Amino acid sequence: MIRFQYFPRQVVDAGGNRWDWALLPLVLAALVLLAYGARQMVAPYQIGAVLPISLDPTSLPYYLLRTTLRMFIALAASLLFSFVFAALAAKIRACEKVLVPMLDILQSIPVLGFLSITVTGFIALFPGNLFGVECAAIFAIFTSQAWNMAFSLYQSMRTVPNELSEAARVFQLSGWQRFWRLELPFAMPQLLWNMMMSMSGGWFFVVASEAISVSGQDIKLPGIGSYIAAAIEARDMGAIAWAIAAMGIGILLYDQLFFRPLLAWADKFRFEATGGDSAQSSWLLTLARRTDVMQKVALSGIAVFERSFTWFRKAHDGTSILARARPAPVWQSRAADAVIAALVLIALWQLFSFIHAEVGWGETGRVFVLGFYTLVRVLLLIALAALVWVPIGIWIGLNPRWADRLQAIAQFLAAFPANLMFPIAVMAIVHFGLNPNIWLSPLMVLGTQWYILFNVIAGASTVPTELRYAAQNLGLSGWLKWKRYLLPAIFPSFVTGAITASGGSWNASIVAEFVSWGPTTLKAQGLGSYIAQMTAAGDFPRIALGIGVMCVFVMGLNHFVWRRLYRLAESKMHF
Amino acid sequence: MTEKLIELKNVGKSFHSADGAARNVLSGVDFTLADGEIVALLGQSGSGKSTLLRIMAGLINADGGDVNYRGQPLYGPARGITMVFQSFALFPWLTVQQNVELGLEAQGIAPSERARRAEAAIDMIGLSGFEGALPRELSGGMRQRVGIARALVMEPDVLLMDEAFSALDVLTGEQLRDDMLELWEGKTTPMKGILVVSHNIEEAVMMADRVLIFASDPGRVRAELRIPLPRPRDADSPQVRSLIDQIYALMTAKAPRRAAETRLTLASRLPAADVHRMEGVLERLMETPFNGRADLPKLAEDTELTDDELLPLTEALHLFGLAQLAHGDIVVTALGQRYTGADNTERQRLFGEQLLAHVPLAAHIRHSLQQEDDGELPEEPFLKLLRESLHAEEAEQALKTVIEWGRYGEVYEYNYHTGMIQLPEADAG
Repeated sequence: MIRFQYFPRQVVDAGGNRWDWALLPLVLAALVLLAYGARQMVAPYQIGAVLPISLDPTSLPYYLLRTTLRMFIALAASLLFSFVFAALAAKIRACEKVLVPMLDILQSIPVLGFLSITVTGFIALFPGNLFGVECAAIFAIFTSQAWNMAFSLYQSMRTVPNELSEAARVFQLSGWQRFWRLELPFAMPQLLWNMMMSMSGGWFFVVASEAISVSGQDIKLPGIGSYIAAAIEARDMGAIAWAIAAMGIGILLYDQLFFRPLLAWADKFRFEATGGDSAQSSWLLTLARRTDVMQKVALSGIAVFERSFTWFRKAHDGTSILARARPAPVWQSRAADAVIAALVLIALWQLFSFIHAEVGWGETGRVFVLGFYTLVRVLLLIALAALVWVPIGIWIGLNPRWADRLQAIAQFLAAFPANLMFPIAVMAIVHFGLNPNIWLSPLMVLGTQWYILFNVIAGASTVPTELRYAAQNLGLSGWLKWKRYLLPAIFPSFVTGAITASGGSWNASIVAEFVSWGPTTLKAQGLGSYIAQMTAAGDFPRIALGIGVMCVFVMGLNHFVWRRLYRLAESKMHF
Repeated sequence: MTEKLIELKNVGKSFHSADGAARNVLSGVDFTLADGEIVALLGQSGSGKSTLLRIMAGLINADGGDVNYRGQPLYGPARGITMVFQSFALFPWLTVQQNVELGLEAQGIAPSERARRAEAAIDMIGLSGFEGALPRELSGGMRQRVGIARALVMEPDVLLMDEAFSALDVLTGEQLRDDMLELWEGKTTPMKGILVVSHNIEEAVMMADRVLIFASDPGRVRAELRIPLPRPRDADSPQVRSLIDQIYALMTAKAPRRAAETRLTLASRLPAADVHRMEGVLERLMETPFNGRADLPKLAEDTELTDDELLPLTEALHLFGLAQLAHGDIVVTALGQRYTGADNTERQRLFGEQLLAHVPLAAHIRHSLQQEDDGELPEEPFLKLLRESLHAEEAEQALKTVIEWGRYGEVYEYNYHTGMIQLPEADAG
C-alpha cells in the first residue's frame, strides 16, 4: 500500500485519451530526429578533410533533416536576439540611440558578407570538430533571419497601447511579467509573420551557407544546400529536380507542423478584430488541444515558467523611496552622446585610412559605379515586376474565391530558393549567346517578385466592400478606375511589398550576377558580382569595400525612396 | 475627523510642447479624498481632470506640490490604489479569469488562492460562468465588469474610475453605475473611497458625495459642490434636477461675459465644434419649445448630445455671437435669429464675417495670406505658433477647427495633400 503513495496520480491512470495516442508517434518521431540530427552536428572534423556529398536521392531526407535543423536553430537564435535587442532598445534610451541605427546598418549588409568574414573565426572556435563549421553556417542563416524579427518586436513594443501599459503599471507588473504578459503577446502576430518571412528568406541562402567556398575554404556541410551545389558542379539536372522536390516537401512539412499551428494559436493575440482576416486553422493544433496527457504536460511546463513571475515580482510599490524618479542629470546623456559621436568619428577616420591604404580611391570610385549599375537593375526590375504583378494581384485580391488559395501559393513561391532556376538561365544565355549584363538581371527578382504579388493580393482583398460598390455604382472604368480607385487603394501594401522585394534583390544580386553551371561561369557588371568574386578570392579589404558600398546604396535607397513612399502611404492612403 | 486617503497640496503639472515651451495643464490644485466618500471630478475635455487622476494613480509625476497617499508621498502606482479604465484596458489574449488574476499574480500570490479570490470577484460583479471567455467574446458592458472585477480583486483602498461608463451605451452605463453603488453601499468590499472622473453631469450627481468642477487653461478646481442626498438617488427628483442645473451653470460660468469681452488670444484653445452641428443646435433653439432660449440640460436631452459634445457647440455659438450663455441657459442673439432665417450663401458670408471678427487666429491667417503674391502659405508656421502655448494635439485640433471654420466661411481654403492654406480663388485674382 505504502509503495503506491509514491506514485503521482498521473502515472497511475496515465491512459491518456485517443488523441494522445494519435499525437504520440509524431512527438516521438520529432524527438528521435532531433537527437539524431544533433549528434551528427558535433562529429569530429579536421580542416581539409572532404565531406562526401552523395547525389543519390535517397540521402535527401537526411540532408533535409540537417538543413531544417540548422534553420530552426538559427530561427531560435534570431528569436533570442530579437528579445534581447527589443527589450534593450525599447526600454533604455541610451541603448536605443546606438542599437537601432546599428541594426539598420546590419540589415543592409549582404548575408554572404557576414559569412566570409566570420567563417575562419568559427572554425577556430571548435578545433577538430564539425561544430565550428556548423556554427558558421547557422550564423549565416541567422543573419538572413534576425533583423526583421528584431525590428518587428521593437516596433510592437514601442506601440503597446497606452491604456494597457497604464493598466500594467497600476497592477504592479514587474518588467519581466510585463514582457511576457503584455509586450510579447501584443507583438506576437507581427513577430510570427516576420518569422515566416525569415524562414523563407533563409532558404535562399542555404546553398551559400552550407557549401562554404570562401577565403580558400571549401567545405560542404551535409545538407540540401551542399547537395544542390554538388549537383550544379556535376551538371546533374535530375539531382536538381530531386532537390526541388525535397525542398518543397520540407517547406510543406514545417508549414503544417510548425507555422500553421503557431498561427492558429496566435490568433488570440490579435489586438483588434481586423475585418477580412479569416481565422487560421490547423489540424495539428486542434489535435493537440484535444489531447489529455500532453496538454497536462504542457500546462505544467507553463505553470513552472509562470513561477518566475513570483521570483521577479516588484518588491515595493509607488510609496517607497525606491520608486522616486530621479531624472538623469543632463550631463549624463550629453556625455553618452559625446562618446557615441567620438566613436563614429574614430570609425570614419579608420574607414578613410583603410580605403586610402588598402584599396585606394580609384577602386572605391569604380565600386560605386558598379553599385550604380546594380541600383539601376534593381529599380528597373522592381518596376517591371510591378507592371506585371500589380494588375494580376489586384484581380486576384478582388476575387475572394481565388485570393486565399493563390496567396498561399505566392508565399510558397517566395520561400522557394530562386537560385535553383539559375542553371536553366545559364544554359539559355549560353545557348542563345545573350548578353549576361542584361539577361542575368531578371534572376535578381526571381525570388523577390512574389513579395509584391502577395502584398498586393492582401491589399486588394481588404478594399472595403462599400468602396467597391461605390466604384461600380459610379461606373468608373478605364484609366480613371485605375488612377482614382485601384492604385491608391493598394498603394500602401504595394510599398510594403516593394520594400521587401528591393532589399531581397540587393541581397540576391551577389548570387545572381555571378552564376555558374559546371565549368561555365557567367558574370554581369555590378556590385553583386564584385562582392562574389572577391569573396571567392578571399580578398578581405575588397570584400569589406564591396559590402560597405552596398550598405551605402541600400541605406540611401531606404532613406530617400522607400521610407518617404511609406510615410506618404501611411498618412494619405489608408482606409 | 475622518482619515485622509489621498491628499494633494498645490499640485501643478506642465507638459513640454515640441519646441520646448512649457504649458500648464494643472496649477495649484488642492484636493482631498477622505475615508468613506465618493468624489467626482467634472470638466470639459482638456481641463486636466484625467491628468489629475493619473497623478493620483501614480502614473504621472506632478511637477510641483505634494501628493500623499495615507500620509506617505506617492512616487508611482501604489498597491492600495487601483483603476478602472475608459476603454477597459483588458488584455485581449487573457481569459476573464486570467485578466482578473493579473494583479494578484504580480503580487506573487499562490495559484489556488488567486483562483479563489478571482472567482469571488467575478461572482460579485455578476460574471460567473464567463471565467474562461476571452474579452473579445463579451459585450462592452461585460468587458467593463471584468475591468471592475480586476480592480476590486486587489481589495483596494481607493478606486479610481476614469470615465468608466462613457464608452458604454446609456442604459448599460447606468446599470453598471447602479451596481457599483450597490456594492459600495453594501460595504462588501474593503474599498474606502472612490474617485470618479466624468464629463457626464448626471452621472456625477447620482454617484458622488462631492463634485469638483474643473476649469481649464490651466486646469484648476473652479467650484466644489456637496451632495448630501442619500443613495440610491432618483434621477428625476427635483433635488437632483436642480443640482444638475446648478452644475451646468457653473461649468459654463466662464462664458457669461459678453461676446465682445471674451476675446480670444491668438493661440487660445478653440472649442472643437462642427459647423453643421452648430447650425443644427441653433435651429433647434429657434424652434418650439425653446423659442430662442433653453436650459442646457434640457437642450442636451432634446438633442441627445452628451455634455462633452454639447458644451463645445454652445461655446462656439457664444464665441460667434450667435447665442449667449448665461447661468446655465443659452439665448439666441438677434444675429443668431438673422442667421437661422438666411439662405446658405448668406449664412456662409455671416459666418466668415463673425469668424474674422471674433477668432484672432483666423484673422491672422487671412491677413498673412493677403500679403503673399500667390495668396498661399504652409500651415506649419501657424501650427508652430499654436504649439508655443498649447499641447501638440490641442494645437493640431485648434488648427483643424480654425481651418474648417475658415473653409465654411470662405475666408481661406486648405489643401490636405500639400498642407497649404490659400485664399479662395475669388479673392486671389
